[in-house]
Amino acid sequence: MMSAELYYKSASELSGLLNRREISSVELTQSVIGRTKAVDDLVQAFNSFDEKNALAQAADSDARRNRGESLGLLDGIPVGIKDVLAVKDQPLTCSSKILADFVSPYDATCIQKIKRSGAVLWGRLNMDEFAMGSSTENSATKITGNPWKLDCIPGGSSGGSAAAVSAGESIVSLGSDTGGSIRQPASHCGVVGLKPTYGRVSRYGLAAFASSLDQVGPLGRTVWDTAVLLQSISGHDINDSTSYKVDVPNYVQAIKQLKGRKWTFGLPKEYFESASDTASMGPVKEAIEFYKSIGCEIKEVTLPHTAYAVATYYIVATAEASSNLARYDGIRYTHRAESFDAKDSVDIYRQSRAEGFGNEVKRRVLLGTYVLSSGYYDAYYLKAQKTRTLIRRDFEEAFKDVDALLTPTAPSPAIKRGAHSGDPLSMYLSDIYTISANLAGIPGLSVPCGYVDGLPVGLQILGKPFKEDEILAMGNEFESVHNFKNEHPPL
Amino acid sequence: MAEAPHIDIDKVAELARIALTEEEKTKFSSQLESILGYIDKLNELDTTNVEPTAHPHSVENVWREDRATSELPTCEAVKNAPKQRQNMFVVPKVVE
Repeated sequence: MMSAELYYKSASELSGLLNRREISSVELTQSVIGRTKAVDDLVQAFNSFDEKNALAQAADSDARRNRGESLGLLDGIPVGIKDVLAVKDQPLTCSSKILADFVSPYDATCIQKIKRSGAVLWGRLNMDEFAMGSSTENSATKITGNPWKLDCIPGGSSGGSAAAVSAGESIVSLGSDTGGSIRQPASHCGVVGLKPTYGRVSRYGLAAFASSLDQVGPLGRTVWDTAVLLQSISGHDINDSTSYKVDVPNYVQAIKQLKGRKWTFGLPKEYFESASDTASMGPVKEAIEFYKSIGCEIKEVTLPHTAYAVATYYIVATAEASSNLARYDGIRYTHRAESFDAKDSVDIYRQSRAEGFGNEVKRRVLLGTYVLSSGYYDAYYLKAQKTRTLIRRDFEEAFKDVDALLTPTAPSPAIKRGAHSGDPLSMYLSDIYTISANLAGIPGLSVPCGYVDGLPVGLQILGKPFKEDEILAMGNEFESVHNFKNEHPPL
Repeated sequence: MAEAPHIDIDKVAELARIALTEEEKTKFSSQLESILGYIDKLNELDTTNVEPTAHPHSVENVWREDRATSELPTCEAVKNAPKQRQNMFVVPKVVE
């Protein structure tokens, strides 16, 4: 086998090679480790990794397979993990100084499930601190580069998860998406990323940012790869009371069964009006033409409250974050300041948090505290929750006429590093196409659909609640006649 | 449109339990005021009879068996504390 290139193969292909014993998981894992060592000085996707631990998992996988006890399609496949998910006995930093020394005492539910699928847990991937950001520049650990152009951002907050898959440093990876944090970096790095329906995947063991918006989801080089990873992490969990008790379809089968279906797609008028001059539009429009050419129907739809989504999001998300991040107190499991006013019982919190949190986290905690504070709750938080209802209803109305919506994932390809610094609002507005899906709780998939100036651009497919099978099938339809999965960054 | 709101940054920082330098206070209050100015556009919408959404797909009455299970042992739960002794968090003395 050409072991040197194993790291760029898709999980579907690797799964076949493993099952036919043409390669071993140890060989594959070595290939991914070797690639990571060769390029991560440039890409800086990983906060940390444990080579020996990964190889031991790979050896276990090979032993299982040799006994005829393979655990399925993911058995032996390396999966990179965003540094926001708890893996027992591994660091969990959220790319924050405040958790710099934290080691998880338990496994997140999605991690338990991945372990049961036999995958090789590989490394801790960089992110914006506490998942707050769209560029991974808010990491206290390091600055991740976009593998396609290293001086550009990889997107965020799951920037490490997207960059690692794009650069061959992992086969697939897990991220989390609160306002676009899987889909936007997937789009910027030329990989596939899926945000599941709110409640599809358990949040137990995901360090909370905004609990009513957060979802864990897969990134991969193909739709099939993300489908297999989604399969393994989905389902109800007694440890997350917001996880849904609904059946999980077989996504791989669904992709096959739904092939050739003549879908009806909606183009949200507001997205295309406001975006007529954005750089991403060319490849997205070509993708829409493709769906027309295979007999799908394209309709214009309206989401009248689109203009209010970013404002709504930044109230809901920061309010929930200010509450969730109150747990980082310098007492129980986080960084504690050395010096504080010992006569003031509260000062240890103030100083520990001042030292432990970065700028964006402070800004959001302050904003969230303000909008929840006495006298402002009705004007901001309650108002935003009501606007959220209007945004959710917009989607319900639209989905009466169409099966899914097609949009750009992001207004532009990856921008240069540092372009947002000093103006947080400009970064917030770059999430315009992804944020509404979190507010409405619907699933969204980003699929590579072309390039602008040498940088990848993603097509976003937004589906009905719990219809991940449909958007995966739609994405696969596009992917199967476009060859983006075999195009790799010039590293 | 209402005027851009003024933030009492000392009060907010105290509620948020974050010590801010003078420089941070100036920077954050101007940034937050500009974000709040943008957020003000929600007031264009009449939401009088609209129900608030707390969760996108609301679930009601999630029950489980009231049965004790073995979760983290204490020594594991305090393992990450900045200071700990005999399975307890060590904190500065706050009462005389």
